[in-house]
Amino acid sequence: MAILSKEEAQAILKKVISFSKADACEVSLSGSDGGNIRYARNAVSTAGQISVMSLGVSSTFGKKTGTATINEFDDASLQKVVQRAEELAKLAPENPEYMPPLGPQTYSESTTFNQPTAAMTPDTRAEMVGKSLSVSKAANLEAAGFLENSTGFNAIMNSKGLFAYNKGTDVSFSVTVRNQEGTGSGYVDQSFNDLNKMDTLALSKIAASKATKSAAAKAIEPGKYTVILEPLAASDIIGNMFRGFDARSADEGRSFMSKKGGGTRLGEQLFSENVNIYSDPLNPELPSSTWDGDGLPIKRTQWVENGVVKNLAYSRYWAAQKGVQPLAMGRSIVIEGGNQSLEDLIKGTEKGILVTRFWYIRSVDPQTLLLTGLTRDGTFYIENGEIKFPLKNFRFNESPVIMLNNVEALGKPVRTGSGMIPPMKIRDFTFTSLSDAV
Amino acid sequence: MFLPNLAAYGTPIDPLQALDRVDPKVKKELADIALNAAKSKGASYTDVRIGRYLNQFVATREKRVQGVANTESYGIGIRVIANGCWGFAATNNVTRDGIAKAAEQAVAVAKANAKIQGEPVKLAPQKGYGEVSWKTPLEINAFEVPVKEKVDLLLNVNDIALQNGASFVNSVIFAVNEQKYFASTDGSYIDQDVHRIYPSFTVTRIDRASGKFQTRSSLSSPMGMGYEYMHPKAEEKVAGILPRYKARYDILEDVKFAALNAAEKVKAKTVEPGKYDLVLDPSHLWLTIHESVGHPTELDRVLGYEANYAGTSFLTLDKWQSKKFQFGSNKVNVVADKTQVGSLGAVGYDDEGVKCKKWDIIKDGVLVNYQAIRDQAHIIGLEESQGCCYAQGWDDVQFQRMPNVSLQPGKEKLSVDDMIKDVEKGIYINGNGSFSIDQQRYNFQFGGQTFHEIKNGKIVGMLNDVAYQANTQEFWNSCTAVCDASDYRLGGSFNDGKGQPSQSSAVSHGSATTRFNGINVINTARKI
Repeated sequence: MAILSKEEAQAILKKVISFSKADACEVSLSGSDGGNIRYARNAVSTAGQISVMSLGVSSTFGKKTGTATINEFDDASLQKVVQRAEELAKLAPENPEYMPPLGPQTYSESTTFNQPTAAMTPDTRAEMVGKSLSVSKAANLEAAGFLENSTGFNAIMNSKGLFAYNKGTDVSFSVTVRNQEGTGSGYVDQSFNDLNKMDTLALSKIAASKATKSAAAKAIEPGKYTVILEPLAASDIIGNMFRGFDARSADEGRSFMSKKGGGTRLGEQLFSENVNIYSDPLNPELPSSTWDGDGLPIKRTQWVENGVVKNLAYSRYWAAQKGVQPLAMGRSIVIEGGNQSLEDLIKGTEKGILVTRFWYIRSVDPQTLLLTGLTRDGTFYIENGEIKFPLKNFRFNESPVIMLNNVEALGKPVRTGSGMIPPMKIRDFTFTSLSDAV
Repeated sequence: MFLPNLAAYGTPIDPLQALDRVDPKVKKELADIALNAAKSKGASYTDVRIGRYLNQFVATREKRVQGVANTESYGIGIRVIANGCWGFAATNNVTRDGIAKAAEQAVAVAKANAKIQGEPVKLAPQKGYGEVSWKTPLEINAFEVPVKEKVDLLLNVNDIALQNGASFVNSVIFAVNEQKYFASTDGSYIDQDVHRIYPSFTVTRIDRASGKFQTRSSLSSPMGMGYEYMHPKAEEKVAGILPRYKARYDILEDVKFAALNAAEKVKAKTVEPGKYDLVLDPSHLWLTIHESVGHPTELDRVLGYEANYAGTSFLTLDKWQSKKFQFGSNKVNVVADKTQVGSLGAVGYDDEGVKCKKWDIIKDGVLVNYQAIRDQAHIIGLEESQGCCYAQGWDDVQFQRMPNVSLQPGKEKLSVDDMIKDVEKGIYINGNGSFSIDQQRYNFQFGGQTFHEIKNGKIVGMLNDVAYQANTQEFWNSCTAVCDASDYRLGGSFNDGKGQPSQSSAVSHGSATTRFNGINVINTARKI
């Protein structure tokens, strides 16, 4: 019951709208069904299966909105939830930033749903985790990991006739493999819409190899180094930058996109010329929904072109204030790169540090977007195009804005987290102290 | 500060619905359906949590209300052991059929996983308590206070900020009520009513000409209390360069100082990096305690259960077994306490039906204990669990979470003024800021809200761009003084993240103002 088809969802939403007496009514219906296994010390620790579905109604009189939800779907319940939303709206404070609902929109068909992923069972999950455990057990290493799959749908309708529906699946897997002595650790993290792309055996072998190769790490002095960031490490840092593309906070003077003296840095060369960033919900490797929460279509958008900021995201309210078109922040971020593999980038490096991933990244200064965090699960010294030895982990203090001004090379993008991210070669990356952590 | 994603907390409801209750008798009947269904499918142990989780957010910015939201999440989570392995299933379809189906799924999950399981689960024995209940001691249920009263207060907060030079201000009151019912095959039926409250704000000051901006957030603490926390009392205030608060908060006073501080911060001098003696207020130190003492003493981290997410711990079992691992100086005494009144972690029973308690973790600087739950107790030779099990909702599986972990005040009389008088070159830090620590809890970096420079025993002005970096053991061994109990206060967090899928828990950390000598301070200013 938790996953409804487009037609089933539309029928319920139409019925809800027909009960509305408010100036405007917006209804959302969503459900999800999924399960997970968590394992550690080479054995399962927790596992679960969760199924939920609910319907929310927002009714508005003038600029006063009330919201109510329910998880029963008979006619009487649907009538009751509409009534309750209308009663609450009459009591609500006026919202001066209220925006009336959008009219009907046209959306591209998303490709987020995959049947084999939707059909996963507890046994499928156990089998996939079993493959991962076979790698660590055979190599006398210790694995801790997490496998999760979910199927979900979202649908919205409003009293102006807008209707949007999306159904999607996701399977994600991560594993940390450590040696018995606790001196080496490796990690992989991958998610797909399509189960058939997920190979827990191959991924676990990569983590196991890093665990073995990162043992007996040497300490070198912290300072500024050329780094090669694996896509996961690059994604860890760059992912923190996109909130800054919000036009309102930039206009208000409280973001790194704000300009001295007022205004924003839209149109400025903020990054190296080889930096190009766009989002595209139809990217075949990284599909996402083609509409956002209030029904605004999400389309391919260029955010940075040759290092120049090309767009900022505008909510419908802020766009109306500024007299521009609203623009939703895309979910499928692509940082363009070249054709070089990670290995190619290493080969072309005289001296540098290879970073598998970062950990515990926090903002230090929103003005410059300075971030701090640490390397984790495989940090290596590169000399004359080869990995020479594992390094003790570092703490860094660096800004992604500064980092994307120091780009030496970008490799071939791969799906990592919620983006297509290339491995990156960056000069003058700032490490400020050493950590004993493995 | 953002309005939280409501979907993450539950579904929106009418504020009056929050005052409805589900009769414990009904919950017992529902729980028994689950216990019996799981047993019939082959479970050797079952526990059931029927949860009704209520949240209320009132959020404002400047002169307008950004959002008022009441959410409810109601459902049932069933955890079983079958074939020696854990299984869990949850549903918001709380009917006889829905519950029976979830129980069957939980057993199916356990049996599927038993095929790849190593050692069977070993639970510390736990007696059943029969039908019992517990409630957060409170004077005013925040959910009974009209929304209008909260909106008016926050708009007043914003008005004071703007009058005192703020460019922007966001303010929020966040109230939580967990109505939790626990039942297990051990024979416990536990009904609990848990309340928490968190008022906060952030003031932003923009200097358009220089393009600089600074923020100052509230020095309030989230508390395990009712709305009485919002009613100031003179005896609950701590005087000093900034007013700070114990079990009652004066948000109108705090915001005035915040607006003035934000303006000062825009013009404050940048810090000279180097070694400083740090004087850390409880409004700041709670987070350092949380990250560097609370997390590394979690037994699941020590054993490797969190290796794939939150990390492991440098406080390995051999260090505890030696009985002489000097975690900190002899001034450092840390207790775990799930019974402390007003704290976020206080409950009567944990989420696997264990009565809550208090115990030493660091005694005279030496590591003496960890934080454990039922399936870990045997590993450290305990005959019973320490009651540290928690799940953020009915649809999340319970696991080991941090109890309140607090630094004990100094035994000798010592005021903050007397502590500062003795410092030649130091920084006095209030409020928590940026925070980051490695996955084994060795290397950390912390910022703050306000940084006052101390020179020759006197506060001489404000500093900017301050962060300190240290190694946990070196840091706690550099602790030279802790103020006395009259300065003891709680800080804490509503959102301590751990586990996969990630879960949030609320926890408090108490301390008095504490001095640490010779800590490395870096300058965080950059140009872009």
